Amino acid sequence: MSPIEADVAHFLAGSLVLVSFLLLYQDRMFALLNTFALHACVLAFSVGWQAWVQGAPHLFITALIALVFKGVVIPVALHRIVVRLGIHGTLESAVSIGPTMLFGMGLVALSVIVMLPVTEAAGAFVREDLSFALSVVLLGLLMMVTRRNAVSQVIGFMSLENGLVLAATGARGMPLVVEISVAFSVLIAFIVIGIFLFRIRERFDTVDVQVLDMSRGESS
Amino acid sequence: MRAWVTQFVQLVLVLAFAPLLTGLTRRIRARLLRRQGPPLLQPYRDLARLMRKEAVVAHNASWLFRSAPYLIFAATWVAASLVPTFAGGLMFSAAADLIVIVALLGTARFFLALAGLDVGTGFGGIGASREMMFASLAEPAMLMVVFTLSLFAGSTQLSNVSAFLLGPGAGLSFSLGLALIALFIVSIAENARIPVDNPATHLELTMVHEAMILEYSGRHLAVLEAAASLKLLLHLSLIACVFTPWGMATAGTGWAGYLAGFGAWLGKLAAGGFLLVLFETAIAKMRVFRVPEFLGMALMLGLLGVILLFVSRVSG
Amino acid sequence: MLNQLAGVGIGLLLALAVGSALLARARHAAALTYGASALICLALAGIALQALGAGGAPGVALELRVGMPLARTQLGFDALSAAFAVIVNLASAIVSVGAIGLGRHVREQQRVLPFYPAFIAGMNVVLLAQDAFSFLIGWEFMSLASWALVVSDDCSDSNRRAGLVYLIMATGGALTLLLAFGVLAGPDGGYAFGQMRQATAFAPAAIVLVLALIGAGSKAGLVPLHAWLPLAHPAAPSHVSALMSGVMTKVAVYGFIRIVFDLSGPPAWWWSIPVLLAAAATALLGVLHALMEQDLKRMLAYSTVENIGIIFIGLGLALTFKANGMAVAAALAIVAAIFHGFNHSLFKSLLFLGSGAVLHATGERDMQRLGGLIHRMPLTALAFLAGCVAISALPPFNGFASEWLTFQAILLSPQLPQWIPRLLVPAVGATLACSAALAAACSVRAFGSTFLGRARSEPAAGAGETDPWSLGAMLVLAALCLLAGVLPGLVIDSLGSVSELVVQGRLAPQSGQPWLGIAPVDAQRGAYNGLLVFVMIASAAAVTALIARRFASHALRRSAAWDCGFPEPSPLAQYTPGGFAQPIRRVFGSVVFRAREQVSMPGPGDTGPARLRVELHDTVWDALYAPVVRAVDATAGYLNALQFLTIRKYLAVVFIALIVLLVIIGTSR
Repeated sequence: MSPIEADVAHFLAGSLVLVSFLLLYQDRMFALLNTFALHACVLAFSVGWQAWVQGAPHLFITALIALVFKGVVIPVALHRIVVRLGIHGTLESAVSIGPTMLFGMGLVALSVIVMLPVTEAAGAFVREDLSFALSVVLLGLLMMVTRRNAVSQVIGFMSLENGLVLAATGARGMPLVVEISVAFSVLIAFIVIGIFLFRIRERFDTVDVQVLDMSRGESS
Repeated sequence: MRAWVTQFVQLVLVLAFAPLLTGLTRRIRARLLRRQGPPLLQPYRDLARLMRKEAVVAHNASWLFRSAPYLIFAATWVAASLVPTFAGGLMFSAAADLIVIVALLGTARFFLALAGLDVGTGFGGIGASREMMFASLAEPAMLMVVFTLSLFAGSTQLSNVSAFLLGPGAGLSFSLGLALIALFIVSIAENARIPVDNPATHLELTMVHEAMILEYSGRHLAVLEAAASLKLLLHLSLIACVFTPWGMATAGTGWAGYLAGFGAWLGKLAAGGFLLVLFETAIAKMRVFRVPEFLGMALMLGLLGVILLFVSRVSG
Repeated sequence: MLNQLAGVGIGLLLALAVGSALLARARHAAALTYGASALICLALAGIALQALGAGGAPGVALELRVGMPLARTQLGFDALSAAFAVIVNLASAIVSVGAIGLGRHVREQQRVLPFYPAFIAGMNVVLLAQDAFSFLIGWEFMSLASWALVVSDDCSDSNRRAGLVYLIMATGGALTLLLAFGVLAGPDGGYAFGQMRQATAFAPAAIVLVLALIGAGSKAGLVPLHAWLPLAHPAAPSHVSALMSGVMTKVAVYGFIRIVFDLSGPPAWWWSIPVLLAAAATALLGVLHALMEQDLKRMLAYSTVENIGIIFIGLGLALTFKANGMAVAAALAIVAAIFHGFNHSLFKSLLFLGSGAVLHATGERDMQRLGGLIHRMPLTALAFLAGCVAISALPPFNGFASEWLTFQAILLSPQLPQWIPRLLVPAVGATLACSAALAAACSVRAFGSTFLGRARSEPAAGAGETDPWSLGAMLVLAALCLLAGVLPGLVIDSLGSVSELVVQGRLAPQSGQPWLGIAPVDAQRGAYNGLLVFVMIASAAAVTALIARRFASHALRRSAAWDCGFPEPSPLAQYTPGGFAQPIRRVFGSVVFRAREQVSMPGPGDTGPARLRVELHDTVWDALYAPVVRAVDATAGYLNALQFLTIRKYLAVVFIALIVLLVIIGTSR
């Protein structure tokens, strides 16, 4: 890989981490969906660039899946569901944005510390790519943990999955990348449907735990 | 000798062009809003008119209130004259690196906040309090930018940073981009631009900078306005010097080089002003307590830039 | 020779303590005691400066035939103790001058005067000690004398509580230091420092690090061991607060450097991690607490906590660099730390003297009831302003010079081989920048609500300028703050022998830099010239003022404040310190203090005022100290029951104790 190619790959993978942070930052429903679409697009470009650089045409399929399915279909579908259910508006979070962001920075640092020593033997780009991918995965998990809205949790899961795809494409010669990405996409479809069926009901039936805590306030 | 001349010319130039830049941004903003807008030279006329007017000072204003404008202006002017604009090799560039320049602006902010509190009015207090809160997030973000640059160039001296970025060592770097965005956000906050603050508003609870200088009039206000213009010029020059150092004259070039550097600087300022105003018109003013998140984003981008730079350093 | 002279100085201080105990009720006892203390401290500072210039005192150490049976007490300078002796004695001398004025207002002189020189003597013994025994004796002397000063005014409950908490923490700290020395002395039990350096410790050196962090850190006010500091420092009379905050914390820093850098051998790289984490937390928490505080002196005490954090950031960096053999970087970091300690001793003494002047002029420590003092105490205001600028790390004052050096050390961290400090140090740097900016906010708030605006209470409106002694001391301190900021190269050069001793590295001499600037690593990396910046700002301001005078209108009209057309005549409508800190409380406080605001609006038709209630928790106290206090309470309650037993039960207790002892004796045979 020539320096400029490595720079572009670094740029795209880094952008994916950045967009993960942007996902954490959002507090409006539609902005969140749009940002996720951006996340998927950046992933698609990153995978596409890998396909071009590595000369691996099958990766273009993965890129295409990411672009069409996760960049367009899922956001549009979620958009519609959200409108139909009337749950757009502000997203509430269990932990406020500032600390979440700081914690996220810590996670990125952690994944760098963890990944770089264990991948000593691998090539330069793979090491970098794997640590970015782990960051994206951890940030997705963080989002699922700290956001109380069902849609945010779905988006968190999907961004996590994007991280996995990034890892898979970065490590050259990993088999079944395309199959994995297809399988994950199907899984996500099921999760989206499932979560909407169950969590939404939960959302409307139960009372927010936080509210109970707040009214108890004096005792603490 | 040449360093002395460059330094002196720079001192005069930043002062001469700062109001023009302010006029330009106002004009572009008005045009973007499909208004006619004030003439380009209006800020000069404003300054002259304010200078001629008598100064009205509150009964209980202290000596600090009357001397603060000069101190603020002096600190800003010194800082602005230490950022390489049209040419590197300033006489006093060894006196201050980027951290010192940031801290000089901090000194100006400190005295401005004190001046806001001096008369003991509600508006002055609100402005000072909010300004200091913004600064508490903008400063670490700025330090992260400094850190990124110093990781690249191995130096915090601005002349060395721009020389390094001109050289072959710098490629396309993601971290540099993040640092640019972070610096841009910090500049917006420091210069009281939309979405953090609105320079065109009065009588509104959202104002920050204007609230602090509300009690000023006459020559004091003129000096403060000039300082605000200088600060905008400083930030745009800083971004230009660090991220687009092309065309800047170096120590060995002849007069043509200096002229070209001057032209390039003016072009960069105009472009920077245009982009700033474009961003401003495209976005709405934020609630005050959204601003910490906005500035927190700058801090986060800065930190992320540093971490990613470490990663690419180890592999590259 | 210098060692002997210093010993004489300490002896004189002790004699002064005894003398003033006898003559405390005499007419000019206070002025004489403080004046004599000032002279002795000045002489000691001069001696220490001599020793520092020579890189330690040539000649033999002063041996005293007192102390433990086998070890003689040894007092003597090396470069490190000389540097700290300069810091301690210079600040003490100037504060003592101020105390001639401020100390008159103390009600019961006999409870302050004897302990004041003893306190200074104790600090000097700690610095000069060449063996663990005299170090600890001096340490305890310092602790107990300062404790006596804290409780000198025990009329209020809060002061008594402060004294109790301080005593407990000081005892615990001294105990851990004792253990640390015990570990260092090794199995042979050589308690002289020279022997300790050679001894093989029988426990891992990391234990020493932990013990030193707890022992010295609790004295210095390192989070989470800072709890006593904001209680005790303000409780003492203001000139003593100045000594405790400005000077005694430096002795604690000295103790840490002595044990961790000098005595416990080469450090491992990870030692810096706990130090850096604690330091960053200290800096941030200290300044946030300071911002929430309404009481001027408590605010200053919390800001001491913050500055200790900054100093320990430098020390943590020095540890990492030293462990990795980066001698120049380590020298830079340790010089930055000690330089900041020096600066802090100057400006914190200045600010505490200023708060004392305000306290005596108005009888108020609550910033909510002050205001407008710049009109009535103009010189105090000027000096206090200088201290505020210095503590906010703004050029060209000294606080900035040392923080700039710390930043330069932080910027060298990418060269570290380990990943964890490489990623941690930038975060620490961001914390440092954040706390510097918050410190500026804190100073603006303190100066603004105390000296600016309109008087918020009757006493504040009728205050008068303070006495010439404390005024003189404050102005000298302000001038020194400016001087050290303008000529940092001098300080850096004089600390060269210290860094040589402590981290085996040395910065390039700064005296060769053009225009008296500084460039600690090399001029290409980063340079700062305080003198030039100062001259440039001064001349730019002068030129601007001249231009304005020449070309602008001279007319000046006094009128009512504009305030957007609705000026409110009541001074209570001004921004209060609480209101000033509200945005910061909302941004940082919800996490750090679990802050909550409740607004209760009166119903329609009700003419009562709306009320805003703010709830803040000291999270560290709640998490760490409250459980301990509760546990002690519960145990005490349980043991209390033992006092009300029947005779039969008492006999049973004694009988059981006897049986247990017999069993122990029987089994141990």
